[in-house]
Amino acid sequence: MREFWRRYKRNKGAVVGLVILLLVILLALLAPVLFPGSPWDMVAAPFVPPGEMGMLLGADSLGRDVAAGIAHGARISLLVGAVSTAAALLLGVTLGALAGYLGGLADDAVMRFTEFFQTIPSFVLAILLVAIFTPSIGSVVFAIAVVSWPPVARVVRAEFLSLRSREFVQAAEVLGKSRLSIMVGDILPNALSPIVVLSSLMVATAILLESALSFLGLGDPNLMTWGYLIGSGRSVIRLAWWMSVFPGIAIFLTVLALNLVGEGLSDALNPRLARQRGGAA
Amino acid sequence: MSLLTVEGLTVALPPGGDRPHAVEDISLTVDPGEILCIVGESGSGKSITANAVMGLLPGGLPVRAGHIRFEGQDLLALGPDAMRRLRGARLAMIFQEPMTALNPLMRVGDQVAEALRVHGAGGDAARRVPELLAAVNLPDPAAIARSHPFRLSGGQRQRVMIAMALALEPTLLIADEPTTALDVTTQMQILRLVREIQSRRGTGVMFITHDFGVVAEIADCVAVMQHGRIVEQGSARAVLDRPQHPYTRALIAAVPHGASGLVAPAPSAAEPVLRVAGLRKTYRRGGGWFGQRVEVPAVQDADFTLVHGETLGVVGESGSGKSTLARCVVKLVEPESGSISFHGKDLRPLSRSAWKPYRQKIQMIFQDPFASLNPRRKVGETIAEGPITHGLPRAAALERARDLLRLVQLDPGAMDRYPHEFSGGQRQRIGIARALALEPELLIADEPVSALDVSVQAQVLALLADIRGRLGLTMLFITHDLRVAAQVCDRVAVMQRGVIVEQGSTMQVFSAPRHPYTQQLLDSIPGRGWTPPDLTEAA
Repeated sequence: MREFWRRYKRNKGAVVGLVILLLVILLALLAPVLFPGSPWDMVAAPFVPPGEMGMLLGADSLGRDVAAGIAHGARISLLVGAVSTAAALLLGVTLGALAGYLGGLADDAVMRFTEFFQTIPSFVLAILLVAIFTPSIGSVVFAIAVVSWPPVARVVRAEFLSLRSREFVQAAEVLGKSRLSIMVGDILPNALSPIVVLSSLMVATAILLESALSFLGLGDPNLMTWGYLIGSGRSVIRLAWWMSVFPGIAIFLTVLALNLVGEGLSDALNPRLARQRGGAA
Repeated sequence: MSLLTVEGLTVALPPGGDRPHAVEDISLTVDPGEILCIVGESGSGKSITANAVMGLLPGGLPVRAGHIRFEGQDLLALGPDAMRRLRGARLAMIFQEPMTALNPLMRVGDQVAEALRVHGAGGDAARRVPELLAAVNLPDPAAIARSHPFRLSGGQRQRVMIAMALALEPTLLIADEPTTALDVTTQMQILRLVREIQSRRGTGVMFITHDFGVVAEIADCVAVMQHGRIVEQGSARAVLDRPQHPYTRALIAAVPHGASGLVAPAPSAAEPVLRVAGLRKTYRRGGGWFGQRVEVPAVQDADFTLVHGETLGVVGESGSGKSTLARCVVKLVEPESGSISFHGKDLRPLSRSAWKPYRQKIQMIFQDPFASLNPRRKVGETIAEGPITHGLPRAAALERARDLLRLVQLDPGAMDRYPHEFSGGQRQRIGIARALALEPELLIADEPVSALDVSVQAQVLALLADIRGRLGLTMLFITHDLRVAAQVCDRVAVMQRGVIVEQGSTMQVFSAPRHPYTQQLLDSIPGRGWTPPDLTEAA
């Protein structure tokens, strides 16, 4: 673990990313303390510019505090990102593992099923799913999970395919272990590093997807989210730029941080590659 | 005057390594028309020495001291341009891996011509290329020159590499383990070729190898390296027959040698443990919708029996199907026909769950000690895994793992460490312990020592012999090394292209081979004219 952290620290960008991410998480956790009350409450005059009337980041068209919206929105954005990624991982890892380990017909069936999802433009599918199931946090998470599992399945399948023929897996077969315990106990731990890296990027994509859905008005109407903030500021952007810009910066920083963390994890989990990159630079 | 003189060469290792210098105070000479063999185990610095002479040391390994004089010039003082003019023209090198040393997209003839062209001799390439390819005994040089490397076998590629190295008639040829990746019969052809070219042209050869058989086959002089130092140097006869330094003596004592003392007379009347009959496995590569299906018969009608307590060796070259045969027996590969009877019960048609009870009885040791242990699992867990799977309580299984580590001569403290903390030989011991944890009756060893250095190999073979005797194991021993087979096996089966061509007691197969292929294999054992001196009292 200490070794892992030492290698992670070598990538300066990754450390910056981690700090930003921790700050965003802290903001989300402290939102009720920093901004007590609902972010929907009208607390100032409409269109108050940043810095006036105690509004740090200004107020929106109904006099709601943008800063409060961002802080409370952080909880929803991170929650949606984490939960939908977890769901997509569960599905993708299971299917990919089965396809890669069993091979043959099972592999063909799973991969055709995966390709079926990959051929549909994912954002359109997500919109469709949310529209069908009526916008709510549950349906948004479901839609994002459904459109983001196929890459996981492909990565996991490729890892399982190559690990399956390794001698330690064959040794486990010869010991008489069950298929499930070989998949979970022997192969999966060795396939974890690409999954970890991929999932940090998936959280970022999920946050973007959720923002895009909210921007289009397909978010949960009862929850304050970053996408909703940008969407509501869209029509008055020349009058009150702060309504769209600050939530936009929040999304930008969070996604950037997640990408940096992903790259850092990738370096730390593949020390050989990282060293080559370091040597070339 | 000597062709090449290396004096007091010291090359530093990057700080933090296990020793400060990759090679230290190396002095050696190569005369024209002489073959100097540098022998040593992996990590002894023999390749570093060769690369230093060629000026091919990687950036992290600076030369700290010493001189390399070639035809009177100090090579270390030359700039990169001058060195490049020498390289290829006066000094040439052959590498270990013929499969990756040729450009896959370029025709063979063009690659040889390129070697001529970069040194300004491209003009008569059209005439010289077929000549060179003929000189390395390649059949039909014109056709070979037009082919791409993937059409050639490993041995043919290595010949092309030699042709390229010889294109400009260098006076010094450096060969870095040129035959290690090749089969034994091909190895012999390449060794003869090197010897022939060297005597025809008077080239000096610096030949790097880890195999004392190869040394006995071609060397005029020998330098033995250990931990970056030359520990013994002298004429081949002197070093091979009267080794002085303890390390050389240990290495030579570890060379597996034909006649073994421990061939137990197999109780032929005993009931067979394993009887394999008419076993067949064909690999099919599907050609998709339009391509043709390719069928490779890996094992054809294999028949053999193993009686209790005996060791059957399966020998053959790569691609002969010996590993597939072993994998069929443990159901890692599903054969399409034939029977595999274990104590009279045919295992082939059994389902995965019906096979499970037999997993305890039949265990396997794998070839690559670096790939056969799960890198994310502690050693103790790895060994205890089998018994736990078969219902032994965890505490008892771990206790057994501790005992087994002692049995394979490892410290029980190894239980809580991960595989990467162990050397190749230690890992192979862990692999053996894992196989023994289920107290099997039949042990299948798939090339268990071929990835190991010769002294480690001897230790692992001794361990296997000891365990076999103590536990009364029956063993199916797969190997490509006939010397190893001769040492450990009671009976031997020789495989060629999926067919068992000869089978019999080790003594009989080795002293009176009936099949021409067996004969050819035996003739190809490097150094068969050399009997290692008996050094048992020193070992």
